[in-house]
Amino acid sequence: MSLSHRTGWFVATATVAATLAYGFACAPASRSTGAIGAGDAASKVYVAPGSHDEFYAFLSGGFNGQVGVYGLPSGRLLKIIPVFSQFAENGYGYSEETKPMLETTFGNIPWDDLHHTALSQTNGEDDGRWLFVNANNTPRVARVDLTTFETSEILQIPNSGGNHGSPFITSNSEYVLASTRFSLPIPQADVPIADYAKKFKGTISFVKANEPGKMDVAFQLLVPGYNYDLARAGKGPSKDWVFFTSYNSEQAYEKLEVNASKADKDFIAAINFRTLEACVKNGKAETWPADYMHNVMDDFSRMAQVERKQSVKVLTPTSCPDAIYFLPTPKSPHGADVDPTGEYIVAGGKLATVIPVHSFTKLQQAIKDKAFETTIDGIPVLKYEAILAGEVKDPGLGPLHTEFDGKGYAYTSLFISSEIVKWKLGTWEIVDRVPTYYSIGHLMIPGGATTKPAGKYVVALNKITKDRYLPTGPELTQSAQLYDISGDKMKLLLDFPTTGEPHYGNAIEAAKIEKQQKKFFTLAENRHPQVTKAEREAGVSRNGKVVHVRMAAIRSHFAPDNIEGVQVGDTVLFHVTNLEQDWDIPHGFAIQGATTSELLIMPGETRTLRWVPKAIGVYPMYCTDFCSALHQEMSGYVRVSPVGSSVPLSANTIKAQGQVARAAARGVTLPTPPGGVAPAPAPASAGHAHAPSPR
Amino acid sequence: MTASLRARWLLVASAVMLGLALLFPLWRISLIAPQYPEGLGMHIWAHTVAGIGPNDLQNINGLNHYIGMKVIVPDSIPELRIMPPGIVAMCVLGLLIAWRGSRRLLQLWVVALVLAALVGLADFYWWEYDYGHNLDLEHAPIKVPGMTYQPPLIGSKKLLNFTATSWPATGGVLAIVAVMAAVGAALITVRESRPVNTQASNDGNARADASLRKATV
Repeated sequence: MSLSHRTGWFVATATVAATLAYGFACAPASRSTGAIGAGDAASKVYVAPGSHDEFYAFLSGGFNGQVGVYGLPSGRLLKIIPVFSQFAENGYGYSEETKPMLETTFGNIPWDDLHHTALSQTNGEDDGRWLFVNANNTPRVARVDLTTFETSEILQIPNSGGNHGSPFITSNSEYVLASTRFSLPIPQADVPIADYAKKFKGTISFVKANEPGKMDVAFQLLVPGYNYDLARAGKGPSKDWVFFTSYNSEQAYEKLEVNASKADKDFIAAINFRTLEACVKNGKAETWPADYMHNVMDDFSRMAQVERKQSVKVLTPTSCPDAIYFLPTPKSPHGADVDPTGEYIVAGGKLATVIPVHSFTKLQQAIKDKAFETTIDGIPVLKYEAILAGEVKDPGLGPLHTEFDGKGYAYTSLFISSEIVKWKLGTWEIVDRVPTYYSIGHLMIPGGATTKPAGKYVVALNKITKDRYLPTGPELTQSAQLYDISGDKMKLLLDFPTTGEPHYGNAIEAAKIEKQQKKFFTLAENRHPQVTKAEREAGVSRNGKVVHVRMAAIRSHFAPDNIEGVQVGDTVLFHVTNLEQDWDIPHGFAIQGATTSELLIMPGETRTLRWVPKAIGVYPMYCTDFCSALHQEMSGYVRVSPVGSSVPLSANTIKAQGQVARAAARGVTLPTPPGGVAPAPAPASAGHAHAPSPR
Repeated sequence: MTASLRARWLLVASAVMLGLALLFPLWRISLIAPQYPEGLGMHIWAHTVAGIGPNDLQNINGLNHYIGMKVIVPDSIPELRIMPPGIVAMCVLGLLIAWRGSRRLLQLWVVALVLAALVGLADFYWWEYDYGHNLDLEHAPIKVPGMTYQPPLIGSKKLLNFTATSWPATGGVLAIVAVMAAVGAALITVRESRPVNTQASNDGNARADASLRKATV
């Protein structure tokens, strides 16, 4: 048995060696289980039924616009959090309350491309409060609340084209960072693309992040028209600094694959955000017109509100000297990663043959000594030799990203040669390498972006999975891989499929998140304007062509369960309140022919489904989330009559009335609701001004 | 006739524990089912019935509606209004009797306390019986022929998918110890009142007095 495993390992190693030798990627030995036997690996990732994983992993879903939540080490999918994409499963982006979350200055956008994640930090350590994620396509940054695992806030980033270098976070969560991948005319203008070098600019945005519901672009720094890629904030001694990679310092605007790859070195932009803050405070920033939106889910009404913002503060390098420096870095640098001590800034370059590591101490000295090569648009370019701490030689092909284990080692992903290399900080020697399957982009160590990594596992976030799983047509499953890094040698433990492309991710000790989970929303605190806090408050009302149905859902019925008097072409708004106050008792709501989606309503929450019946008839509605033994009975009908019909609008609340009658029969007086038993006509238009508007 | 100091102090202890019992739940009924691994439960206090978790009572009522059980509304239970003043009165009376030291009053108080405890338990049992048997089968979605849902007075019982467990809680334990102390005090006074042993009993009193003085110095 051990012989065959050794053989497998030998084959894998030999293949990697061959790959490196010939300088192209080819598939390592098929179905290799890695360095250790399958049984041994299985026992390391086995989490017994009923037991919990040690870490939560939040993996971005790339083009699916969502975040997948996985347990580590089991790799089990725990939840999908929709952020920038509509999610028919629970009505996110379809219900009237959540639609505003996807509102942008371009309109309501049902999709985006979500690449990076950042967990909130306190003193450089993960604190488990929030997860920030970016939208590439229509630049936005979102906050996910980790008490509910729901998206609570989305801020659009103005003056940005392709929000790829985002949302990296400073060590006390003061800012999340956002750079523009594509430079643009700023402000936007109708200019010839050939004027790229003259008219196009990049921006680096500092988004205030430390107060829920109050995200804002604190200020933007206007930078030369390059492409900006990834970022890391400093920590420890470098905690006031942030580092962004850039490429295309050639300022090419066509055939980029050739023309943007000519220069020997591009840059890492090193920015002192405290200096920028001081400049803003001293009035050095200009207020430029801008147009962007800020969408916030209210904690109590559970309705998203949209605020449109019209200006942004902009700084230029000349208006705020000593705030930004360029660090020359070979060649098309992609990732910039800061080690846990805050001293080393590691750059991965797609086309580089070494991994350069800059020293923060040397950077400070070089600035003091004015060791500048040149100045670009007021930005001093430091001398490469003056800031270099060392280079990792022959790392493999296409070094991209580096994470740290907190024990003095760095782990770099190599896209082209499909592997992870482990090397020692300070000596820059490579001590281990393992293949990945295949084409790893980012890699992730729990806490690897903080001052205190939990250096137990590294997760490879891969692009390609040929031959790793049962095939599923032209599109194969997406995948991540888990490696044990607790010993000297990395060991592959697990392949696990993911939702969407697992682009980047963060993982955090489960204990930091598990205890703070919200179990339900308190019904008494529900401030939705159309809430139904007791069955007796349920009812229907008409306001012109708009019918409001205030409906209660509780095991195992709706109140009302039958509605008559709706007419063809009416806009019917079902405001369904889940009256349960118990963990994991959502109710669902769906009605035939609705052109949105179902609703999933969490306990104590109100959600609104918009329905425009197009033909007469009697339409069933029902609960979609299996809630109890009598879930199938949790249903009702809506009768739709022709326009102008004399059928009065009515709601069958017999059940509610029955309960009151039964209580009365036993001498129990239930508290009287405002409005009484009968479906009370809702207050006129003013009362609905703040309600979800029919569209 | 004056009761011995030992009996009077036991009476004080009994009255105080009885008073303290007001500050804690008397009884605890917990319900566990596969889909409620964390459990649901009720605390029965002298003055109210409350869920152990913030919404347990609502959730228990919600579940009970399936079997046609009445809604548990603490305000509708008259005993819960009578019990606290009753306990306070017994407490004050007990302390007064301990102060005065009347053997006969002490014995009367103890008999009253034991009777009240028995009546209380019987009443509790009756409420459980009523909730468990007096079902609204016309509106109950789940009807199991012959099934009733009375939780046990003490111990565990399987009720459909739920295991109902009923035990005295802190207040109940205090009350039980209070009754035991009271009975102890009464027994002492009964022994004291036997004429044959007057001398020994007086000696005992003297010893108790001495030890009490020592303790209070």
